[in-house]
Amino acid sequence: MARMMFLCDAERCIECNACVTACKNEHEVPWGINRRRVVTINDGKPGERSISMACMHCTDAPCAAVCPTSCFYTTADAVVLHDKDTCIGCGYCFYACPFGAPQYPRVGNFGGRGKMDKCTYCAGGPQQDNTAAEYAQYGSNRLAEGKLPLCAEMCSTKALLAGDGQIIAQIYRERVQQRGYGSGAWGWRTAYRLEVQS
Amino acid sequence: MSRLLLALFAAAFLAAAPASAQNVVGTPANPAPVPPRALELEMQQMLTGGRIAGRVTIPDERAANLIQPAGQSWRDFHNTTLTWVGGIAILGVLAVLALFYMTRGRIPIEGGPSGRTIERFNLLDRSVHWMTASTFVILALSGLNLTFGRFLILPLIGPEAFATLSLWGKIAHNFLAFPFTLGIVLMFLLWAKDNIPNGRDIAWFKAGGGLIGKGAHPPPAGRFNGGQKMVFWLTVLGGAAVAVSGYILVFPFAFTDIAGQQLAHMVHGLLSVLMIAAIMAHIYIGSIGMEGAFDAMGSGQVDLNWAKEHHALWVEQEMARGRVSAPPAGAAAAGD
Repeated sequence: MARMMFLCDAERCIECNACVTACKNEHEVPWGINRRRVVTINDGKPGERSISMACMHCTDAPCAAVCPTSCFYTTADAVVLHDKDTCIGCGYCFYACPFGAPQYPRVGNFGGRGKMDKCTYCAGGPQQDNTAAEYAQYGSNRLAEGKLPLCAEMCSTKALLAGDGQIIAQIYRERVQQRGYGSGAWGWRTAYRLEVQS
Repeated sequence: MSRLLLALFAAAFLAAAPASAQNVVGTPANPAPVPPRALELEMQQMLTGGRIAGRVTIPDERAANLIQPAGQSWRDFHNTTLTWVGGIAILGVLAVLALFYMTRGRIPIEGGPSGRTIERFNLLDRSVHWMTASTFVILALSGLNLTFGRFLILPLIGPEAFATLSLWGKIAHNFLAFPFTLGIVLMFLLWAKDNIPNGRDIAWFKAGGGLIGKGAHPPPAGRFNGGQKMVFWLTVLGGAAVAVSGYILVFPFAFTDIAGQQLAHMVHGLLSVLMIAAIMAHIYIGSIGMEGAFDAMGSGQVDLNWAKEHHALWVEQEMARGRVSAPPAGAAAAGD
């Protein structure tokens, strides 16, 4: 089995936000929630870089470690998913997540947190694959259809890479070697304790 | 002709350019200036506790945080610090109370019950106490469930039942926060004036109070003794801090960003487990730990001998106002 990861090549990301839009559309993500977003650092200054970020599907996932109801699980592809039927919307995974991935529809008491929503790596949830019930709760399950996450698949500059960690790291290393520079794999140290030479 | 000259000049200038290239400004450099490095920035922010953040085009400022390593410290706090502090505080107090009960037993009224009573808390006092107390118990249990339920209850009842229980616990926790806060405010208004610490409390503590001190009566106290004043201020100040930090968490992002919410949770969690431990001792003394104590918050009428032993000065004041019930026929004379 592959060890699925995301890698955003900040030298290629043009901040078009197509990944954000594609994700929202593919999964019919509710209003007010963005499973993926593009953050521009050093905006308007030398060294400006844009990075597309979502759940990184961490190796030792902090969300799973702090969840009071143990609603998280890791698939055979190392994708971190959660069960919305046992999520209580306490917010703990949001406090612990280094990437701000968990978000909550404001449907709880006093507009408080409902059940958490986050990037599923286009891999659905614990329901049976590609059923209406799974789609309603988690969005589409492209992984079960043999496809990679849509955000990376439709990225026009191929800045956002999804797939087996070793393969996408190798693609990134070759790019860096060829063009002579790169800012590194954002979030990899935090999520995977890995360092990609660049 | 002039064009050719111009071209020659330009060529000569370009040839000389590399020497002065360092001073040229305003032209795009290629490759770009040294980009920010993911690895170094992540390391640096992890060590300094900062965040890597930028600008987002989606209208949600919360999404502007790229990486916040503080989540790791919050995880350590929740999974290690809070679990251990809470576990040791609560089990420790339970053990001390059990040991105390086994060695000293129930603290009796030394002179025996007199049969005469004196009103200690009126209906308003008791209603406020029990509103705060009952909501506190539910808040405490539903709160402890978030930290310990995963290890203690989840394996027993399974994930579905545990999720239902925890969901109702969360709803109860959010709603009962309001009557609890009201109770804290009312308790402060009702009892603060009698709970101002004074010199007598020091003597009271030195003598070991009404529980630990042996033989002779504890030094005379007013309406509240040193121990009760301690419980009062712990409840009022601790309760206020727990309430404020709790409201920050119930209304996410209404008052503060993620760092503020992490801090609010730490304050909320730590103070709560310490308050739970202290209130367990309070419950012990008010129930099985001391004869005659429960009546104060039960019927509101306490035995005169109990009152004289623990609140001699207060009894004097009340007797001067004639607020003591008449002795029942044939009752033993009151002690002292």
